[in-house]
Amino acid sequence: MTWDWGVVADFMPKFWDGLLVTLEILALGSLISFVLGLVWALLMRTPTRFVRWPVGVITEFIRNTPLLVQLFFFFYVLPEWGLTWSALTTGICAIGLHYSTYTMQVYRAGIEAVPVGQWEAATALNLPVRHTWTAVILPQAIRRVVPALGNYVISMLKDTPILMTITVLEMLGQARLFSQQNFQFTEPLTVIGVAFIVIAYPASLLVRALERRLVR
Amino acid sequence: MKEPDADANPPVDGGELIRFDNVTKRFGSNTVLDRLDFSVNSGKHVTLIGPSGSGKTTILRLLMTLTKPEEGTITVAGEQLFPAPEKQIREVRKKIGMVFQQFNLFPNMSVLRNITEAPVTVLGMSKDEAAERARDLLEMVGLADKCDARPMQLSGGQQQRVAIARALAMRPQVLLLDEVTSALDPELVAGVLDVLRDIARTTDITMLCVTHEMNFARDISDQVLMFDSGRVIESGSPEKIFSEPENDRTREFLSAVL
Repeated sequence: MTWDWGVVADFMPKFWDGLLVTLEILALGSLISFVLGLVWALLMRTPTRFVRWPVGVITEFIRNTPLLVQLFFFFYVLPEWGLTWSALTTGICAIGLHYSTYTMQVYRAGIEAVPVGQWEAATALNLPVRHTWTAVILPQAIRRVVPALGNYVISMLKDTPILMTITVLEMLGQARLFSQQNFQFTEPLTVIGVAFIVIAYPASLLVRALERRLVR
Repeated sequence: MKEPDADANPPVDGGELIRFDNVTKRFGSNTVLDRLDFSVNSGKHVTLIGPSGSGKTTILRLLMTLTKPEEGTITVAGEQLFPAPEKQIREVRKKIGMVFQQFNLFPNMSVLRNITEAPVTVLGMSKDEAAERARDLLEMVGLADKCDARPMQLSGGQQQRVAIARALAMRPQVLLLDEVTSALDPELVAGVLDVLRDIARTTDITMLCVTHEMNFARDISDQVLMFDSGRVIESGSPEKIFSEPENDRTREFLSAVL
């Protein structure tokens, strides 16, 4: 096996394209999972069973089936129902939805960790329920869960190559395409492997630092 | 039980403000309040004493609508609190403030915002007006310099004094004090009690107080209710209860705590 810096140089333009797509998936996927996860968590707190029950079933179903299956379902089945999104959009939505069922659990734990005395103080002050959520409970709950959410972002980063299977050219997709065209596998795969570490490791250090600061 | 005001102290002020009729509260098979009747007149300072588990705190929690009774009715200023629709409960709740054993300040807000939050959102007070009032209240509790501090930066005694200011900011007619010094280090208790003595002396707010500080109870109370097993077993002026209790259980309890 030989290492050829010339191949690395040839691959780099494609690598940058792939990196941008990976980061786009990660940013938008995280955003969807953060927002949707919070929506799930709040819906699970509503007093009516008729909301909690379907939300519980749907999210359990999503959490307990493989992301790859969901991705294929979105990509191959939804167009039959008239929903034609680009591969990238489909992939971002699928990964965001899948991870929202994890972040939902993180939010739930964070909300439950807010002492009951906070609810009681809000009641004693006659604060409206909505205001109690937005001004008292969620700021405390979210502060606690930021590190856990960060861990899911790192986890999501490592799942982004799955989108290659629906033709999205993120980092692994670019590396594979380049490899097949040039019969050079070592350099592109090594480059993207290093890229994953270069992103993920500092990110995990950041999560640990946040943990120390935010979780008392 | 007989009317609790049928003792040496005639009511100094107005009529009946709080009334419990036949109130029963159970937690599982444990009956905490047993067909309780009692009333408190406006402006009075009433202390609830008795062994732990006798239902004193439950009375405050019922009034604050933090829990619901199984049976009976609770009336505040002529308006029913239980049973009542949510809208009416919110109206009645405006008349009542509560200070908790564990302070329960909002740690994500500054001291000032802890106090202004409810007046602004519930009473519709302007931010400036609320802040001005909050500063006055902080001055009253001796913490004028702590406006911008976070609750976690304060001692327990300071946090509790902020909590008192926060409750008063809503201008309640009734102030419920639930073992407000029990979680404090001994050297911090006096500061909090001094503030409460001040409030008792200078305002006409009605106070319901659960406490183990018997000297404080003797100082501020117009009336003392002795609880045991979910019932009021004796009531009267502090002089009477502390000096010449009639009931054996009261005597026993007082000799244990005094």
